[in-house]
Amino acid sequence: MSLKNNLHQLKEKYKGKKMAPAFNALHTFLYSPNETTHSGSHIRVVDDLKRNMNTVIMSLIPVLLFGIFNAGYQHYAAVDAAKGIAREASLFGNFITWENFIMGAWTVLPLVIVSYGVGLTIEFIFAVIKGHEVEEGYLVTGMLVPLIVPIDTPLWMLAVAVVFGVVIGKEIFGGTGMNILNPALTIRAFLFFAYPTWMSGDKVWVHQAVDLAGGPDAISGETVLGYLAQGRGAEMSYSVADMFFGFIPGSVGETSTLLILLGGLFLLFTKIASWRIMLSAVIGSLVMGLIFNGVVAAGWIPEYSTFYGLMSFAYWKHLIVGGLAFGIVYMATDPVTGSQTNRGKWIYGFLIGFISVLIRVFNPAYPEGVFLAILLMNVFAPTIDHYVVKGNINKRLKRAKNAMVLPTDGEGKAEELKAETV
Amino acid sequence: MSKDIRIKKGLNINLIGEAEKSLSKAVESNVYAINLLDFHGITPKMLVKQGAEVKAGEPLFFNKNVEDMLFVSPVSGELIEVERGARRRILTLKILADKNQESIEHAPVAPSANAEDIKALLLKSGCWPFIKQRPYDMVANPERTPKAIFISAYVTSPLAADLEYSLKGKEKEIQAALTALGKLTPGKVHVSIGKGTQSLFSGMEGVELHNVSGPHPAGLVGTQINKIDPVNKGEVVWTIAPQDLVVIGELLLTGKYNPERVVALVGSSVKAPKYYTTKIGAEVSTFLYASGVNTDNFRVINGDVLTGSKTQPDGHLGFYNNTVSVIPEGDDYELFGWNKPVFDKISATRSLTFSWLQPNKKYDLDTNTNGEHRNFVFTGFYEKVFPLDIYPMQLLKACMVQDLDEMEQLGLYEVAPEDFSLTEFICVSKQPHQQIIREGLDLLYKEIG
Repeated sequence: MSLKNNLHQLKEKYKGKKMAPAFNALHTFLYSPNETTHSGSHIRVVDDLKRNMNTVIMSLIPVLLFGIFNAGYQHYAAVDAAKGIAREASLFGNFITWENFIMGAWTVLPLVIVSYGVGLTIEFIFAVIKGHEVEEGYLVTGMLVPLIVPIDTPLWMLAVAVVFGVVIGKEIFGGTGMNILNPALTIRAFLFFAYPTWMSGDKVWVHQAVDLAGGPDAISGETVLGYLAQGRGAEMSYSVADMFFGFIPGSVGETSTLLILLGGLFLLFTKIASWRIMLSAVIGSLVMGLIFNGVVAAGWIPEYSTFYGLMSFAYWKHLIVGGLAFGIVYMATDPVTGSQTNRGKWIYGFLIGFISVLIRVFNPAYPEGVFLAILLMNVFAPTIDHYVVKGNINKRLKRAKNAMVLPTDGEGKAEELKAETV
Repeated sequence: MSKDIRIKKGLNINLIGEAEKSLSKAVESNVYAINLLDFHGITPKMLVKQGAEVKAGEPLFFNKNVEDMLFVSPVSGELIEVERGARRRILTLKILADKNQESIEHAPVAPSANAEDIKALLLKSGCWPFIKQRPYDMVANPERTPKAIFISAYVTSPLAADLEYSLKGKEKEIQAALTALGKLTPGKVHVSIGKGTQSLFSGMEGVELHNVSGPHPAGLVGTQINKIDPVNKGEVVWTIAPQDLVVIGELLLTGKYNPERVVALVGSSVKAPKYYTTKIGAEVSTFLYASGVNTDNFRVINGDVLTGSKTQPDGHLGFYNNTVSVIPEGDDYELFGWNKPVFDKISATRSLTFSWLQPNKKYDLDTNTNGEHRNFVFTGFYEKVFPLDIYPMQLLKACMVQDLDEMEQLGLYEVAPEDFSLTEFICVSKQPHQQIIREGLDLLYKEIG
């Protein structure tokens, strides 16, 4: 009780001061505010932005935990592989172990801490400068960022990218709700284009692979897409189950399709994310995959072609490798940067799936198109909405045109009461 | 002849504190007040001075833009206070009631008389302001002819007065008013009732009856207009609340302006929510304390909890209201209110909120916003509770950036602030939707009019 009162006193004391937003941000994490309605609806639903953002974070926690274990597992698996020992992934046998967890936590948690630390600091600074409350958007962004970067991304690079992503991607537009591009993907894109050697190749997906490269203990871990893009699909030893459960190398959080699927279902159940976007994105990627499979089946593309490896990859498998599932569930559904109309969401989602697989196949240098596809569609989402809304506007104009029928003159009542039209 | 309208999108808000079907006569109020903020879009000009004696039905002021439009005193007594606000704008007129009530008598006009006579009587008797118009949601301009008149007798607003109960026995007056209104439009008088319910409106003549079903806001007249005959640019429709038909009908039949009405006193802070007979402008405390309140910290609302205006126990019954809601103030902090599981509040999602488990449970909601004001972030929520063929968020944004073309194109002419009460209720970003729409309408009126 006294804590509540003390904090209330402090809040009153800081009211109107420069630091008030910073204090309020911390205060509202402990206590939901004592604000009341003034006009309009005197009652409000319990949902607020914090609660909804928190729901998204909850759906990401299993993915993060899996990513921690997988970081350790992939490291030790690669070490074994370098010694010539093949490993069979088994969840309780060699996956959920203290060894994996410690190794994974030691590498993943610093990413999480840097992401949140740097990002939230910027949010606080902007809130204080601009005098608005600290917005919750970064709570989700800060969780997404460590999950979509390669495991050994140097922390300073991550910090630089976060600064860029938050300032250029979000704050200059006016903060959460005003940004055009998904901030997490802006950060990812910045990393990719600023430090390309750190973001692709067969050395970045497994912890210490870069450090050990060239030495006697050199290890490597190519992603499934990497193998396929180089036409080395046959060398790959991962089973479909490995891909689905996530025992494969890749960005920290993207590998376990199962947990992403569960997270996605949770988001749909809680009504936070749009099922229209998720469903249409899945359909879009399947359609594109089927088209490529069809091209291969028709024999239009020779086996030695650069694109053969990924084009012949079964259409449904695209969903369980790489970042496609993660992108569809957690990135495409970002309500701010996505399409905002229901009809627009169908188009938006479909094109994300479609273009993701397209970029995958035709960009062998870096066979991961999801983040580029989503960023591209982020840019086009307002255009899609514009045309959807235009449909409504045209309907209204047409109705107005048809409605302008004046009552015939000279008919008693009609003359007396001419319905007014402009 | 009747037509069916089925509304699918929406949300019924079930609250504790529904009025018990029992009627008492409220204590006579000493002071009656006319709140000029009730009348949107008029410029008042006083006809009597402070200290003047007036009779019930005697004009107090008129509308500068339409000089025939008079606003009258609900009771006879002395005009004791003219409360003014910024720039000497008149806010409230207070009348100290006399012991002996006298009222002005007009010559009755048959409901079947011609439009000019009816209009003239309504204007001079002070009944005209009961008629509201769209676009702009304000007191109707008598110089324009509406393409249709809409009356919603289907109530879906939370805790709102039951019309069947509160208007019982007033069939004659209502029929007179409906007939007269029919003369004022070349179009139809549309009356909507709940589908499958016995309504005193079902037998009314000279109207187009619609059977409406579905959740709130199916009962809002704006929803019905949108489904029956939407307002196009350049057109005008009029709307009237059923309880106001009674006053109009009585005027036509007897020549007297009788501001008496049955009001539902509702809400979880009221000990015994029930119905009271009182007059427009009566002090709320005259019936509030007869039912009793069960907390010190409550809010009195003129109207229902979604669209009403905040007042005080010593405030006065609004011109258009037949419901007074009293709910607890929510000016307190809640530990971990943003992330703990919530069972006792309504939610539009399932993010650790469990109101979806019990859709029929009655809730005791307070006035807390349950979060801070934010930019629009989440999309697709409003559409689930907004049955009008309009893009709600896009329209709100057009109003916020004052883009007149977009406001017009996206359908601002069709809506009133109350149509956005439900989207405001579920808004995650806690944006003041009704205020945004109100300001948008005012701007559009000022610029295009």
